[in-house]
Amino acid sequence: MSVIATTGAATTRRATFRRLAVWLVSAAVLLILPQIFTSGLAVTVMNQMGIAIVFALSYNMMLGQGGMLSFGHAVYFGLGGFFAMHMIDWVDQQLFVFPIYLTPFMGGLFGLFMALVIGSFSTRRAGTVFAMISLGIGELVAALSLILVVFFGGEEGVSGDRTTGPGIFGFNFLQDIEVYYLIAVWVLVAVLFMYLFSRTPAGRMANAVRDNPERAEFVGYSQRTVRLISFCAAGFFAGIAGGLFAINYEILTEQNLNATTSGGVLLMAYIGGIGYFIGPIVGAVIFTLLQTVLSGYTDLWVLYVGLVFLATVLYVPTGLTGIMMMHVPAWRLGRLRSLVVPYLTMVIPVAMLFCGLVGLLEMFHYRNGAPTGEVEMTVFYVTVDFTSPLPWAVFTALTLAGGYLTRRLAPAVAASFQAATSYDAKGSSA
Amino acid sequence: MFELILFSILNGLVYGLLLFMLSSGLTLIFSMMGVLNFAHASFYMLGAYFAFTMSGYIGFFPALIIAPIIAGLLGALVERYGLRHVHRYGHVAELIFTFGLAFLIEEVVQFFWGKQLQDYRVPEVLDFTFFEMFGNAFPAYKAFMLLVSIAIFVLLFAVLTRSRVGMIIQAAITHPNIVAMLGHNVPFIFMATFGVGSALAAIAGVIAGPVLGTGPAMAFELGTIVFVVVVFGGLGSLSGAFVASIMIGLIQTVAVALDVSVSDFFGLFGMSFSPDDFLVDVWTITLPQIAPIIPYLMLVLMLIFRPQGLMGKRES
Amino acid sequence: MQTSRFAGLVVALAMTAGIAVGQAQAADTIKIGFIDPLSGPFAAVGQSGLKQFTFAADELVNKKGGVLGGTMLEVTGYDNQVSAKEALIQLKKAIGDGVKVIVQGNSSGVANALTDAVEKHNTRNPDQRILYLNYSAVDPALTNEKCNFWHFRFDANADMKMEALTDDIKARADIDKVYVIGQDYSFGKAVAAAAVDMLGKKRPDLEIVGNELHPIGKVKDFTPYVTKIKASGAKAVITGNWGADMVNLAKAANDIGLDVPFYTYYAAGNGITATLGAAGKGRIMLVTEGAANPAHTDAFRAYTTAYEAKYENENITQFRIINTVQMLARAIDKAGNTNVDDIARALEGMEFTTIAGDRVIMRASDHQLAMPIRIFVHTDENVEFDMDNSGFGLVEERAVPVSAVELPTTCKMKRPS
Repeated sequence: MSVIATTGAATTRRATFRRLAVWLVSAAVLLILPQIFTSGLAVTVMNQMGIAIVFALSYNMMLGQGGMLSFGHAVYFGLGGFFAMHMIDWVDQQLFVFPIYLTPFMGGLFGLFMALVIGSFSTRRAGTVFAMISLGIGELVAALSLILVVFFGGEEGVSGDRTTGPGIFGFNFLQDIEVYYLIAVWVLVAVLFMYLFSRTPAGRMANAVRDNPERAEFVGYSQRTVRLISFCAAGFFAGIAGGLFAINYEILTEQNLNATTSGGVLLMAYIGGIGYFIGPIVGAVIFTLLQTVLSGYTDLWVLYVGLVFLATVLYVPTGLTGIMMMHVPAWRLGRLRSLVVPYLTMVIPVAMLFCGLVGLLEMFHYRNGAPTGEVEMTVFYVTVDFTSPLPWAVFTALTLAGGYLTRRLAPAVAASFQAATSYDAKGSSA
Repeated sequence: MFELILFSILNGLVYGLLLFMLSSGLTLIFSMMGVLNFAHASFYMLGAYFAFTMSGYIGFFPALIIAPIIAGLLGALVERYGLRHVHRYGHVAELIFTFGLAFLIEEVVQFFWGKQLQDYRVPEVLDFTFFEMFGNAFPAYKAFMLLVSIAIFVLLFAVLTRSRVGMIIQAAITHPNIVAMLGHNVPFIFMATFGVGSALAAIAGVIAGPVLGTGPAMAFELGTIVFVVVVFGGLGSLSGAFVASIMIGLIQTVAVALDVSVSDFFGLFGMSFSPDDFLVDVWTITLPQIAPIIPYLMLVLMLIFRPQGLMGKRES
Repeated sequence: MQTSRFAGLVVALAMTAGIAVGQAQAADTIKIGFIDPLSGPFAAVGQSGLKQFTFAADELVNKKGGVLGGTMLEVTGYDNQVSAKEALIQLKKAIGDGVKVIVQGNSSGVANALTDAVEKHNTRNPDQRILYLNYSAVDPALTNEKCNFWHFRFDANADMKMEALTDDIKARADIDKVYVIGQDYSFGKAVAAAAVDMLGKKRPDLEIVGNELHPIGKVKDFTPYVTKIKASGAKAVITGNWGADMVNLAKAANDIGLDVPFYTYYAAGNGITATLGAAGKGRIMLVTEGAANPAHTDAFRAYTTAYEAKYENENITQFRIINTVQMLARAIDKAGNTNVDDIARALEGMEFTTIAGDRVIMRASDHQLAMPIRIFVHTDENVEFDMDNSGFGLVEERAVPVSAVELPTTCKMKRPS
């Protein structure tokens, strides 16, 4: 983010304009998306993405920006959601009048309140102690949610009707598309505020405490207070995401605050890249697609997600956004084009490796549960007989050849990448 | 009531010692490498699955030896090619790596063995009643579990405190640089510790599989409890892990035997609650109802008031 | 912040890639969306259910010429990961794929979410209605206060099963003390409440010596619970436990030597029968519908044999799936078209003879299938069809007729005009 660190009135104005433009373009994209993807499923998926984006970004306020690894962030998401759901119910029962489209804010406040209560003791220390407290709290709240039926509604959860409150511009949120626009506005606002938070002194100090708590203390900041502030902010935005969930699905259950949801948000943020503000956005989008779309194609989707996650941790700790950001220097030097050919040569071996591996896994998996007498299955739109050695040989050969070629070509590609990104190298069109 | 308490204590001991077998490995790994290994219980699961498959071919007792060895080798490989690689990105990355590994191992196990519970049974030689008291039977297999756990415990303590290898391990925990300067291969010690820790977890899996059930969820179910034990006992403290294991084992079983509810407790002070109360769910919570989540409560309280744990010397 | 444009690009690319392939394809079939867990911890049950649905549709409908004179039934799986949220997403996906009928059964929590969502969807989109056939979620509320016109249940609800179960206990004078143990959530509590209520009416002399809830999926060793049951002097145990909680409870009972009958709802199939093995012999009783040993009719015997020949490691664990498919096919034929409201009206009050020869009626008042319930015992004697290839299976002990388990309903059915 060094772009901003330029001086001079003209450049500052330009930078401000560019930053503003980014938000305007994002708003325009959000407005146009449902015109491009009109199917009911697409709207559903985009709604889920919006919720996931706010949730993952709130998580990264702790992990990426504050260095706090939490295994129980779903608690604030879920509690905020439950509270918002109760609000919707109360409006439905006409206990009072409250616009439904503002309930995510109330969810956020409830998340903030719970974060304040729990954070008051859990943020005293960072690192393993914090992680373990978050794990313990997460398990406790999830277990209690099945016991305390009054608030959590037991296994069925709490459900309601979002359409009964006062509407806005004639919208009563009968259709998912109306909810889409509501979520889009909330996402934009929440993302903007989370971005602005990272620019405030509190956000900056969170970075400082993450990197060097002792030094931050010497400068006069209590690391505990700094952590508590980040934690509460994260709880607030998680609560907003929970409130959006309540409006979109009209139901909240124990699953919204258990370990699976907490683990899922960690996966999203990490795959996307915790070192960048937009990392969790990318992660949320990809993860939602994998979960809802890939799961329709293969039973092994969780295995693939696991493999992707582990590969990310091992080889690209900066996440998918990190890979993209690596290319910024090359772009700025105008050498992005010099990478096209080396990358294209990599595409084929990597695709071979990918197809080979997936083919083997799918065939093995299918063979295990196949009905007696049935020997055919479809892999990559091709029907194969998994009892004959031929497909096995083909996929094994693909895997081996792809793997070998990938290894062979990798150094050359890495070298061209080096050449394209280092300032002293002779670029083709610098 | 007496027989209830007696059998609860016996079962608590069996369970507690089993927990110790898992937590000892985790503690060793943590003390040495500073990594809380989320995938530790996954090796417990691998142990059970390996032994289940092998016992069909070579019998239970050979499997009891071989399955942990394979799991241990796998553990060593994970350290050598995974953890060591991630180490450079810092502790958070290591923790996340083990988290991802746990996730992946569960999927891989389902990939090979399927999603259903496995029919992993107590070996026939040990399938009889060891003794009977007040009409309650104590199965021989549980006695066998006790025996194996105690043997492992004694062996581990002897190795760590009496042998040369144990000395080096203890030294490597506190002063890895000096140990390296003395000419010991510290990375190898790390790898070996990880392997042995995983093998210990696998032994626990082999012997617990037939009793606690062998299925894809077994690692997740026990994993967090083992974490609780290690953190509660004090990170890096073997004796702390031992005390915490036994404590949690006993509390979980004895709490079940005591039928006390929240309203009973307040009843001691002369307060009572109507069943129409808004918070009726809270007043009717009984001890057995929440027995399995007591450990998490203990964990949180311990971390608030004594972050280094029961016997730990450092916080993280 | 220049990179924010990447975010937009990624969204756009990912969406095109993801959704372009997900578009509906027109075909000459009636699509049935099977929305149940196909991955994760409960996948074994879901995968098995999907196979049973596909097989029933193929064998009993499609091979006999389909419905409406040649239209085939097509069953497609949608993975809901036993999550209410994912179930709603998959429901939208199914609707997008042109599914008219959805079937679901695992978890009453998901069922409650789905029935709610289906009702809202049908009210908000009258020209795109869908039918929800619930084949296994037993929460009584679904056909009482939460009933709706598009939901039909083909399994006996928890109260009906308890009615049958307590009838069995009523007939056994030797049982004078009963212990109720269950998982601490709505279903476990509903079972406990129904047991206390019905036993109180049918056997006032009988004493309930324990009524206990334990956290769901958290207990590894049930020995302390069983020790407690034994100490209470109970002559029978009632439990709604399922999955690992059921297996571990039975194993602990075997270890301690607690030789009393266990009345259960879900102690069979998908590995449970094999895992119980000798530990459950003669002790585990299962309250369910259908027929296993004996098979009652040759048709059902042939059907089971064919299924187990096709899937070596599978069993007919959910007899109700067969009824669901057959009754749906008949309703479509009776309606004469694929209009969901017409099919629903055809299902209402339908009388049907099952493949095992039982007479069942889909009650119009609450859309609950009125069916006979049987008490089975887990054993390895006289077993024609075992489960999990274990030699153990379910042998019928007592049949409770429809009339004995027909319960009143509080449902106020609102029908579309």
